[in-house]
Amino acid sequence: MLYREAGQFKSTYAQDQQIFPIRQDRVAVTLFLVFAFVVVPLIGDQYWLGALITPFLIFALAALGLNILTGYAGQLSLGTAAFMAVGAFMAYNFVLRMPWLGVIPSFILAGLCAAAVGIVFGLPSLRIKGFYLAVATLACQFFVLWMLQRVGWFTNYSTSGVVTAQSIVILGVPFDTPARKYLFTLTVVAVMALLAKNLMRSETGRAFMAVRDMDVAASVIGIPMMKTKLLAFAISSFYCGVAGALHAFCYLGTVEPEAYSLDLSFRILFMVIIGGVGSILGAFLGAAFITLFPIFLNLASAWLHVFGIEISHATISNLELIIFGGLIIFFLIVEPAGLARLWQIAKEKLRLWPFPH
Amino acid sequence: MKRVVLASVLAVPLLAFAQPKEQFVPVNFYWVGPYAPGGSGIGGGMIDYFKMLNARDGGINGVKVTWEKCETEYRNDRGVECYERLKKKGPTGATLVHPASTGITYSLIDKGTADKIPIVSIGYGRTDASDGRVFPYVFPLMTNYWSQNTAKIKFIGQREGGMDKLKGKRIAHLYHDSAYGKETIPILDLQAKKYGFEVTHIAVPHPGNEQQSQWLQVRQFKPDWVILRGWGVMNPTALKAAAKVGFPRTKILGVWWAGAEEDVIPAGDAAKGYITAGFNLSGANHVVVNEIQKYVYAKGQGEMEDKSRVGSIYYNRGVQWAIVTTEAVRKAQERYGKGKPMTGEQVRWGLENLSIDDKRLKELGASGFMQPLKVSCLDHEGGGAVKFQQWDGKQWKVISDWISSDQSIVRPMIEASAAQYAKEKGITPRDCSKEN
Repeated sequence: MLYREAGQFKSTYAQDQQIFPIRQDRVAVTLFLVFAFVVVPLIGDQYWLGALITPFLIFALAALGLNILTGYAGQLSLGTAAFMAVGAFMAYNFVLRMPWLGVIPSFILAGLCAAAVGIVFGLPSLRIKGFYLAVATLACQFFVLWMLQRVGWFTNYSTSGVVTAQSIVILGVPFDTPARKYLFTLTVVAVMALLAKNLMRSETGRAFMAVRDMDVAASVIGIPMMKTKLLAFAISSFYCGVAGALHAFCYLGTVEPEAYSLDLSFRILFMVIIGGVGSILGAFLGAAFITLFPIFLNLASAWLHVFGIEISHATISNLELIIFGGLIIFFLIVEPAGLARLWQIAKEKLRLWPFPH
Repeated sequence: MKRVVLASVLAVPLLAFAQPKEQFVPVNFYWVGPYAPGGSGIGGGMIDYFKMLNARDGGINGVKVTWEKCETEYRNDRGVECYERLKKKGPTGATLVHPASTGITYSLIDKGTADKIPIVSIGYGRTDASDGRVFPYVFPLMTNYWSQNTAKIKFIGQREGGMDKLKGKRIAHLYHDSAYGKETIPILDLQAKKYGFEVTHIAVPHPGNEQQSQWLQVRQFKPDWVILRGWGVMNPTALKAAAKVGFPRTKILGVWWAGAEEDVIPAGDAAKGYITAGFNLSGANHVVVNEIQKYVYAKGQGEMEDKSRVGSIYYNRGVQWAIVTTEAVRKAQERYGKGKPMTGEQVRWGLENLSIDDKRLKELGASGFMQPLKVSCLDHEGGGAVKFQQWDGKQWKVISDWISSDQSIVRPMIEASAAQYAKEKGITPRDCSKEN
């Protein structure tokens, strides 16, 4: 009833090509952005902003990067955490060695470094695909971490291999409190998500999807394989690199190679699979599910005491993992295309509601 | 107007009364994953000591100790989340935080300093934070890794019959490839130069349940001693691998994170004769552990499900961490008001002026359980001595007295490293003569 596009006529091409063709969507997205930029910093306390929402946004950005590569261009990758590591360490080094550069250019350069690494490790994709490519990207994961641990230059010869991220100052404004860090992260993520959304509607994005759906057919209709695949690797790694830099500067505050282990690569891949392969919204939904849900389970376990159920803490901790794993399986059975698809189905139902016939 | 004043005058003592007399301590540990034996043991010991203190003395000068558990999974991001979740709990916020992981400690240094909550890392963490002038809120108490390492080399020297006998000896350094494992590489290199022994560093990737190639390297190097800086499942694996290649276990010297019952029992007979460092002793026959048995376990309120773990190395380490925690609060109360809950800032003062001498240890029932501790603004380590123990197949036998560390090597390195950190971060080190 409310969510209906009847009566919204499009008389120009520009209107027809809008990101959100339905007015209600535009209003909802605008309201949501206003909420995120204005209301959340006002009502959120340090715990919510610093420990829940900021990491969620950062992982959503990383999942978005992987989604460009895996979901849109169809190239399976297990090197996401390595690209994040490159971004984090290079951002640290750019700020350390070229302090006159400023933080945002450093982040962009760090992202470009990650993109360069992505291109190099994307080369095998020209010859192999599917699971074999995933194994090839594993090499990237191990090589990058090995290099960061062994070559002292990256950590500025720190004895433990852990370096502390510098503080963020932009135009004299220090981004030091959780609220400010949140706003900085949100701005970066919002801009990059918008760019990704538009990119996927452009010729490049359509070329990605053509390659994903059938690469032979794509090359027959004149899509250059090498350029498209490597571009997908570059853009995806750029996103992951910036996410890594944010992870180090806005969330943990320290950079250590061990934080970017294969485990993290898998977690980001799970975010993409659960959220929805080939969907911008899916990256956010998946990141929310994987990063926030275990914490809510953990908080919820405290309520057990309220009901007077006494279980040992070790059992509860293990139970959380079991429930979490069970839910992943449940969601994948109910909707293999991910949470984003559920959302889409809900929207379609809403268009007909309350008169489905 | 008068009425308002009267009301507010009445309200002030009421408010003060309404504030509960509780001292909140976050208990952020790990009960799942490859390092769960360490996390659950230390966490359990800590909580049991708090319970005993509340039951026996009614807390610290009448202020009850309260706590909340939070699962970090030994992961940095979860550790930060736990810290943020619990830092404002209780009437005065978190007293102090034991991050229980070197990685998490690194992540919390800036946050703790900004929030005025002391970050206490007993026997782990960032070594150069021992320089309290640069790190006012970080306390790597008892002994840091570098101090421990000098004590280890001293111990090897004793065994070899004098420090001059170290010349020409070969030491293999097998380490967990993480911030924790890598921390002692520079000091080992320095000592190798000083004493003329040869050292090789061999990394074992996390979690360390596969070490065949590393032990092949060890065998090729033909070391006289192996220093094992392992953690969790890496330790029994190393001992078993050593048995396989025939390296004598009596020549393997473990760090204190490789020296608990949980590290040797899974290795079975392969662990016999293995030596480790320690800054607390095992055993349930200490007075303080007996008190816990009496006031907590006798009433069935103990934290440990497996009661046989009471008195194990990790458990006792938790008791020791709890003693340091409550003694720091007690010290802070001496200055800021007895019987009042202390804020993080006040506890910081308490930690910095903490002095647990032999007499106080006796009162605590912890003589011989841990070493005396004296912290100062300059020295946030406060102890520095290490005992060595050997596994006889059933239990840990102490085989040395407290071996002091060689501060003539450690301190200049700490100061240099801390100064570099201060420069990078733009911190002006405090002037300790102006602190009181």
